[in-house]
Amino acid sequence: MRSVDVLVVGAGPAGLAIAGRLAAAGAGRVEVLDRETTAGGAPRIRRPRAGRRRAGAAERAGAVVRTGVTALGWSGPLALDTVGAGGHETITARAVVLATGARERPRTAQLVAGTRPAGVYTTGELLRAVHGYGQRIGERAVVVGAEGVSYLAVATLRTAGVAVTAMVTDLPRHQASAVRAAETRLRRMIPLLTDATVTELLGHGRLSGVRLRHRDGRTTTLACDTVVFTGDFVPDQELARRGGLALDPGTRGPAVDGAFRTSREGVFAVGNVLHAVESADAVTREGEHAARHVRDHLAGEPWPSTLPVLVEPPLRWIAPNRLAPADACGFVLRTTEVLPRPLLTVTQDGRVLHRQELPGTAVPNRPVYVVGHWVVSVDPLGGPVRVTARRG
Amino acid sequence: MTVTTGGPLPHATYDVVIVGAGVVGCAIARELALHPRLRVALVEAQDDVGQGTSKANTAILHTGFDAVPGSLEARLVREGAHRLAAYAAESGIPVEPVGALLVAWDDEQLTALPGLAAKAEKNGYEDARFLGPEEVYAREPRLGPGALGALHIPGESIICPWTTTLAYATQAVRGGVDLHLNCRVRQAGTGVLHTTRGTLHTRRIVNAAGLGSDILDRDLGHSDFTVTPRRGQLIVFDKFARELVRHILLPVPTALGKGVLVTPTVYGNVLLGPTAEDLDDRTATGSTPEGLALLRDKGRRILPDLLDEEVTAVYAGLRAATEHDDYQIHARHGQGYVTVGGIRSTGLSASMAIAAHVVGLLAEGGLDLGVRDELEPVRMPNLGEAFPRPYQRPDLIAADPAYGNLVCHCERVTLGEIRDALASTIPPGGLEGLRRRTRARAGRCQGFHCGAAVRELLEGRRP
Ligand SMILES: Cc1cc2nc3c(=O)[nH]c(=O)nc-3n(C[C@H](O)[C@H](O)[C@H](O)COP(=O)(O)OP(=O)(O)OC[C@H]3O[C@@H](n4cnc5c(N)ncnc54)[C@H](O)[C@@H]3O)c2cc1C
Ligand SMILES: Cc1cc2nc3c(=O)[nH]c(=O)nc-3n(C[C@H](O)[C@H](O)[C@H](O)COP(=O)(O)OP(=O)(O)OC[C@H]3O[C@@H](n4cnc5c(N)ncnc54)[C@H](O)[C@@H]3O)c2cc1C
Repeated sequence: MRSVDVLVVGAGPAGLAIAGRLAAAGAGRVEVLDRETTAGGAPRIRRPRAGRRRAGAAERAGAVVRTGVTALGWSGPLALDTVGAGGHETITARAVVLATGARERPRTAQLVAGTRPAGVYTTGELLRAVHGYGQRIGERAVVVGAEGVSYLAVATLRTAGVAVTAMVTDLPRHQASAVRAAETRLRRMIPLLTDATVTELLGHGRLSGVRLRHRDGRTTTLACDTVVFTGDFVPDQELARRGGLALDPGTRGPAVDGAFRTSREGVFAVGNVLHAVESADAVTREGEHAARHVRDHLAGEPWPSTLPVLVEPPLRWIAPNRLAPADACGFVLRTTEVLPRPLLTVTQDGRVLHRQELPGTAVPNRPVYVVGHWVVSVDPLGGPVRVTARRG
Repeated sequence: MTVTTGGPLPHATYDVVIVGAGVVGCAIARELALHPRLRVALVEAQDDVGQGTSKANTAILHTGFDAVPGSLEARLVREGAHRLAAYAAESGIPVEPVGALLVAWDDEQLTALPGLAAKAEKNGYEDARFLGPEEVYAREPRLGPGALGALHIPGESIICPWTTTLAYATQAVRGGVDLHLNCRVRQAGTGVLHTTRGTLHTRRIVNAAGLGSDILDRDLGHSDFTVTPRRGQLIVFDKFARELVRHILLPVPTALGKGVLVTPTVYGNVLLGPTAEDLDDRTATGSTPEGLALLRDKGRRILPDLLDEEVTAVYAGLRAATEHDDYQIHARHGQGYVTVGGIRSTGLSASMAIAAHVVGLLAEGGLDLGVRDELEPVRMPNLGEAFPRPYQRPDLIAADPAYGNLVCHCERVTLGEIRDALASTIPPGGLEGLRRRTRARAGRCQGFHCGAAVRELLEGRRP
């Protein structure tokens, strides 16, 4: 058994950012583990140099970055069991930070029926196959989803010489930047089928097509040998769950307060394990910002009790989703419906704490940011804080 | 050791050729390998062993308590279960003796339980015991409300069907059996098989072609049975669901049908299924939106919390059902031919006893088996969670760091295991075969993290 001051699990942008800040601030021995053979997290797949740069910065600040090491589970409240080519090791820390990131839900978790042919991808696997290994993908693809990452899948397919037959979303519109969506549809001539769900995969051995159900009940079949399921992100929260940390039912990641504290004293969480997903830049800023709270904890600040922050439909989740009295933080949330100029209301025990009309339109799968100056008026002895939204 | 995947077939005449490398064909091949003087071949249409119904079942090692008393199936399942349990222990095939509960949810099912207990006794199974509702909920606290009682069958176990088939085939090949893959029998006649890879001559033919067994049978002039594929769709739930259930939860069969079961798997997941749909298409191994919706409906009643867990995989298998209630095992001594068909829903459990029975029939028909030798025992890589996996073994990692190098994170499959599978006696024909040998890509992310890396390892070995 070995002891460190701070143990960070996950060397993605969030984990590296917090580790770098903590090491630079003299937090003692700061160690980052990653189960992959190279550090950098999700962005490293497409931009290996960005991954190396972030890892290098953390190391120069004094953090130790160890790759090829998996955190398997917990053998104490602040003790993690790890394994790597060097064998097993239990590492205890004064503070543990979970920065394990997020993944896309595959076809099976989405309960898409049909056969189990080759040619079925998530964007994550596609990116690794194309950028990591230059593997052959196929001839004609359908992309399921129309959010930012879906357009990334389209671009990657084109790089790999795969023609994209169509993009399909069960929502009434795309959820990406207007420029990107228009460019793909008009200049690349890739049609976007809205209000349509992929219900079945066809083909033995190799995919031969996908069956769609349209909102009006019609079904159609699109011929293709490749399908990419994009988006539908979920946190990689297995380590948190295995440790018995409270999870938020909305985000499905660990529940945290405004200072990134989980339900277990000494355990923090940052990055896309909290909110699947935000951009690399956003989680980097988050990691940097969270470092201060870890330092406060190491300096002996007590672990506070917290109140839940709940959302109601059409909102899907909010992060952070707990509040401690002294928290000063902003929030990010997601909606399941398209809401033009949404009117947001925050209440506690029927008392309105905050009302805000947001500019623009809230779109599913895209972040909605909410300021948190109202947090000071939360009654720490009161009931849960509720956040609702409706069309403005 | 001979495993071929293409090119011409040997000219010499075999003593026995087995058609179909499912769990049944592989078990027969292994049984024949005990007789070193015989020249035996196992031919399979697909690129791997166990790619038919044998890969897609509910993976239960049945006691045979509910078989039709006096049937051949009843005897072979009972004997086979004992043999396979012993074989599994010596070969490293994961088995967990979790026991089964037949849970009664209404009065009709409750009144059916004593009859089932009596049937079990007729089948030589003495340990069935009735449990009242308190005891049922004490054993299965997460069961949905409304269970009226259950029949406890402590002898039912869960097993790894992939390792079982592969262990048989590995031992057979090491024992001298030729395995010819990608070799579909197009037409059969007495002593001759015309395959997609050329013609084979043989003194005896064993038809273990599963869903295709009636077609081969007709080639040889018999029409005792017709296979009607009966599809069973299944949902595999995330490993976090494993703690929700302790036993195999079997439905009580009634006039209204069989219902679905919930069972843990040796890999640490939970299975919900199967459906039972009679079809015409022998290749219809897809799941359907309707089938999955039906399973979820039924599962919600049995184990409500199960539905909150993520789904890791969905699959469907086709039972080789026939118009008969029993196995269709027939010897045609004059023709040098044994049919092993209609092995519908218990073939995994019965496989070793079926094999012994078939070899007995061959001997009866005049095949000189020659001396009987022991086979070199096999030790299969462990895929079961109840036994130490390589990443958990400091001794292995110390001897070879590749066993500490995780490639598939969800299933914790190491580079060492993938490398071993690729270099094994019967290497995988593709990613699916590699998955069945190692569990790589079989987990909750389905390849999001490791899919491309695993494919690279598989394809990298190819010239
Ligand atoms: C397919 C895809 C495409 C994306 N494209 C973009 C993009 O173009 N631009 C953009 O800004 N953002 C993109 N993102 C969002 C991206 O997730 C974030 O930018 C960023 O990577 C999140 O950082 P993170 O540190 O929270 O998590 P990650 O980058 O996911 O890092 C988590 C790390 O934790 C490690 N880990 C997990 N569990 C364990 C364990 N038990 N033991 C040891 N290590 C563990 C993982 O190996 C991983 O390296 C994309 C995400 C995905 C999945
Ligand atoms: C949903 C479901 C659940 C089940 N659950 C259980 C269970 O829990 N316990 C249990 O004991 N049993 C169970 N079974 C039954 C068990 O899976 C089968 O009895 C068993 O797999 C049959 O094995 P087999 O070798 O006869 O057939 P298969 O595995 O189908 O093998 C036949 C092989 O023959 C090959 N073949 C066919 N035609 C030709 C040809 N012309 N030339 C060359 N090769 C050919 C095929 O490719 C195939 O590989 C279940 C079955 C299903 C469908």
